[in-house]
Amino acid sequence: MAAQETRVVTKFLRERTDDSWTFDAARTHNKAYSALEKAMGMEPAALIDEVTKSGLRGRGGAGFGTGQKWSFLPKDVFPRYLAVNADEGEPATFKDHMLIEKDPHQIVEGSIITSYAIQAHHAFIYLRGEFALGADRLQAAVDDAYANGFLGKNILGSGYDLDLIVHRGAGCYIAGDETGLLSSLEGERAMPRIKPPFPAVQGLYAAPTIVNNVETMSTVPHIVREGGEWYAGMGVNKSTGTRIFSVSGNVERPGNYEIELGVTFRELIDDLAGGVSGGKKLGFFIPGGASSPWLRAEHLDEPLDMDRAAELGTMLGSGAIMVFDETIDPVLVAWRIAKFFAHESCGKCTPCREGSGWLEKVLYRMANGLGRPDDLDLLMGFGNTISPGVTWPPGMTTICQLGPSTMSPTLSLNKYWGEEIRARLAKDADRRTTLQVASA
Amino acid sequence: MTFTDTERRRAEELVARYPHSKSALLPLLHMAQDRDGYVTTDAMEDIADLLGLTPALVLGTCSFYTMFKREPIGKLVVSVCTNVSCLVNGGPALVEALRTKYADDHDVHVEEVECIAACDQAPVMQVNYEFHGPVTSESATDLIEQYKSGALKARTISGSPT
Repeated sequence: MAAQETRVVTKFLRERTDDSWTFDAARTHNKAYSALEKAMGMEPAALIDEVTKSGLRGRGGAGFGTGQKWSFLPKDVFPRYLAVNADEGEPATFKDHMLIEKDPHQIVEGSIITSYAIQAHHAFIYLRGEFALGADRLQAAVDDAYANGFLGKNILGSGYDLDLIVHRGAGCYIAGDETGLLSSLEGERAMPRIKPPFPAVQGLYAAPTIVNNVETMSTVPHIVREGGEWYAGMGVNKSTGTRIFSVSGNVERPGNYEIELGVTFRELIDDLAGGVSGGKKLGFFIPGGASSPWLRAEHLDEPLDMDRAAELGTMLGSGAIMVFDETIDPVLVAWRIAKFFAHESCGKCTPCREGSGWLEKVLYRMANGLGRPDDLDLLMGFGNTISPGVTWPPGMTTICQLGPSTMSPTLSLNKYWGEEIRARLAKDADRRTTLQVASA
Repeated sequence: MTFTDTERRRAEELVARYPHSKSALLPLLHMAQDRDGYVTTDAMEDIADLLGLTPALVLGTCSFYTMFKREPIGKLVVSVCTNVSCLVNGGPALVEALRTKYADDHDVHVEEVECIAACDQAPVMQVNYEFHGPVTSESATDLIEQYKSGALKARTISGSPT
């Protein structure tokens, strides 16, 4: 039987396409804020326990246990803050974009519950600047929540106060890194900060801060309503529940698919996304955003399980699956990803700032038939300075993950096409000589 | 151009939303860009004054973010994605076609951008941060012309509603 979606966080927005983002529709037809009503009758610690029990792991990229993250807050240190990461920027990820535009009340409700659980009185949703419609809808949702007593002073008569601010970014990938986000929210360049101290101990304005992704926040109301055990009953191994995967590239039906973890890549790509477009064969695919090392046809029957992905030398990251057909040159894709990282490197750490630019230059000449015989070895060599060992999980010489991520495409080229590329580079060298002779 | 009294009140409201005033810097820069069409030196000095920062610090933050323009770029920002999913679906040809078409049009600023999180619509573009995709160079030109004529209502070049 063909694989099916298991819709939890996307159920309502798929069913009600005309007005799912409005307060009336969400409240009347999707029980919006009923989980908040339940949560306000619970102790904060009980909420943290429930989320821990669910096994929910952050949906932004790192996959860290959400309840566990909340429990890292130092006792009795206040104020505390919640910063919701809505700065979706990992190439080929477009799930949060959908959740923000189509179901902002779910995000707002999850953010209020989370703030109450961690006893924060100020929460921020850091929204990607380019999401203009998303900003309108999220702000409208926040305004409606205030008008209906779900935000502000004495929420639902509980004595608990919370202010929630929608904060628009202004175009910057690294603001999606949790410490980069905090720098940006403080009015600085979005440069990541060294950890420790982790944000849970010293985050926004040096106060304890929890940074959670939009999809994570959207899941929280369901866990509160149905219970942690119910959520943990879905999924596979330590990857519980459902996840939204953004599938794009050379596929027949690109889009967001919410599935129970444990479904295979083949089921997701073939059954749900309609397979490689134009009836072509699969060349390779990237399983977790541009930062993740690549996989090929021999991995299609592997399950979407975060820990299994790690065993395969990659990650499910942000849940973005890019599919490339057999005609696509992997070196071209590697160059384009290198160009992205070179553009987005914040410049704080030398290996990343300088290395990402050199990667881009060398991959550009390789992709355009003017490579030098030892170019792949050259990349692997200076790649060692950016990410020692050029392996996965990556070694780091930089403050944040952007540095080592720049090496994922090169690592993949070397692993799967090493011999082929070296042969191609030898031919490029002949061509270079011919060109030089001709121009002499 | 410096802040009028009304603008200064709006700016102060923005500042009051945050526990620390400096957090209002990005919102204030958006506000200034909405008003002037780009972030002027005067506006940065005004913002610095309001937040108790040096103008250099304001410039430091402003220049870090791609959405802030520090010179006039016209009325429409056309952002075309060429990142991987758009790369294999015609993004690079689209940006070249639009660049050529609008090379001499001072109202239209065509720029190549990184992934804008709409890969199911590849190749995708934004006009003043409104999404359109998938588009061809013809349908994209048609949309841009509609924004130019006012048949489609454009947001500000910072993406705010008008």
